[in-house]
Amino acid sequence: MGNITNREPYQQAYYPPAPTGFTRFMRTCLLWQLYRFVVINLKMLKLITKSHH
Amino acid sequence: MSRVVILGAGISGHTVARYLNKWIGRQHEIVVVSPNAKWNWIPSNIWVGVGQMAEKDVTFDLAELYGKTHVDFRQAKAVSIHPEGNTGSAQPFVTVEYTNPAKAGVQENISYDFLVNATGPKLNFGATEGLGPEHGHTVSVCTASHAQEANHKLQASIDAMRRGELQTIVIGTGHGMCTCQGAAFEYIYNVDHTLREAGVRDKARLIWISNEYELGDFGMGGVHIKRGGYITNGKTFAESLMVERGIEWITRAHVKKVEAGKIHYETMDGTFHELAFDFSMLIPPFAGVGLKAFNKTGEDITSQMFAPNGFMKVDADYTQRPYLEWSARDWPKTYQTPSFRNIFAVGIAFAPPHLISKPMQSANGTPINPTAPRTGMPSAAMAKAVAMSIRDMLNGADKPTHTASMAEMGAACVASTGSHIFKGTAATMTVFPVVPDYEKYPEFGRDIDLTFGEIGLAGHWMKYLLHHAFIYQAKLRPGWSLIPD
Ligand SMILES: Cc1cc2nc3c(=O)[nH]c(=O)nc-3n(C[C@H](O)[C@H](O)[C@H](O)COP(=O)(O)OP(=O)(O)OC[C@H]3O[C@@H](n4cnc5c(N)ncnc54)[C@H](O)[C@@H]3O)c2cc1C
Repeated sequence: MGNITNREPYQQAYYPPAPTGFTRFMRTCLLWQLYRFVVINLKMLKLITKSHH
Repeated sequence: MSRVVILGAGISGHTVARYLNKWIGRQHEIVVVSPNAKWNWIPSNIWVGVGQMAEKDVTFDLAELYGKTHVDFRQAKAVSIHPEGNTGSAQPFVTVEYTNPAKAGVQENISYDFLVNATGPKLNFGATEGLGPEHGHTVSVCTASHAQEANHKLQASIDAMRRGELQTIVIGTGHGMCTCQGAAFEYIYNVDHTLREAGVRDKARLIWISNEYELGDFGMGGVHIKRGGYITNGKTFAESLMVERGIEWITRAHVKKVEAGKIHYETMDGTFHELAFDFSMLIPPFAGVGLKAFNKTGEDITSQMFAPNGFMKVDADYTQRPYLEWSARDWPKTYQTPSFRNIFAVGIAFAPPHLISKPMQSANGTPINPTAPRTGMPSAAMAKAVAMSIRDMLNGADKPTHTASMAEMGAACVASTGSHIFKGTAATMTVFPVVPDYEKYPEFGRDIDLTFGEIGLAGHWMKYLLHHAFIYQAKLRPGWSLIPD
């Protein structure tokens, strides 16, 4: 039998989306993440405010 | 002067106590009954479970804190509730049994005008043979000491990997009817990260096992989020995260039995499987803590006040209905018990009317579905609403004045997936409302603007912020009440 060069197809990991290099970069890009931090905080505050009656 | 007795000093019980202390502590008596000497910020147990924090970083002494307030703290466990008093007196009371070493085992009756049951869950390891750290073969991160032990075993596994041994690590839920998938989800990413830091990730097979129908269900029937020009399902998000980190997954699984090194599980299609493991953290199913209730003549009325799973019945609509007829309106709003206007149950202690995920059974009839999640944010929101209602009822209101339905409030979960302040990331997930409301949001049952998920450093900072802010708040440090619950 020759060397295995192909991959077993349609495994569990075959379907989900994989992040591109750019997406990964943005996840730890300080400037972008500082902005996201503010956005997430504001969204959470909105969520908390809407949760109290 | 009236007396409010709060059973439990966890996230919800302590929230009721700190607000009542602030609002009515000088005019009325507040008694907190809880068996543990320490308060625990449970979400950070995850970091204890990987050795990144110690038990002391996530706990503090309750007697010491309450000593500085108007709260009378009794280190005891509640045993029974007597809402009509007894033949000698019509004054309602609870029977408690002390757990502090000085008075261990001593029983006492504490009378009350208002009672809040915030006793949280019983970690029901007994529901699955061989599950859990005490009598079984798996570890847990549900309490700080469990998490400490989990870390010791994890470190032993890492040492084995350093010696070149391959290890199989299985993390997830230990029963077909567990909730709290979020905690296991966060733990698996922290374990992955710890293995990478130790340079042994290539020696480990990391497997997620859960009772969810699809990944990312979290007991909430999944979520829909806006992503890349689509409204996509949380399943996509969760699977992508697992693939990126080389984690395999098994879903629709009911863990039936755990033996040393071997998990036996059944899947929805009715087949039975075995999975060998070296290290495993499986969340146990939750039940009520087993409080009993008695009427004036001493007759057992536990089944009137509590659901069969031990959680306390409140103002929910418990009528059994098929899944398609479930409504957001079934969920409790005031957390007042139907028969006794002076008894409330908050946090995990109240009985939900039904699941949120669709009930399912395996081909053999075994229920395999996550039960409804009861996370910290809703626990605190309902605790604050009940504290406000009790304050107002003490001032003359004849019924609860504030509501906090899980169908009208959101929840947030920040699952850290790395620890470095500049390089770490976390998955931030929010849902609004927790219980989908298809009348208000016909398409997805939730507000798509406030239901989101994203991965990044920002979430990681958020997690740190929450850890410090909530411990600061719980310690009643200056300005604590300005921090949103
Ligand atoms: C590992 C882990 C991670 C989590 N992470 C998150 C997260 O990131 N975000 C989030 O929102 N939620 C999270 N949760 C869920 C959150 O911790 C719970 O929703 C919350 O603790 C519930 O609060 P509670 O007050 O109902 O129960 P608990 O906090 O469990 O408190 C119950 C209290 O009752 C006491 N008690 C028990 N029996 C008795 C008795 N007989 N008499 C008197 N007192 C009694 C207990 O000692 C305890 O003090 C996590 C849970 C776990 C296990």
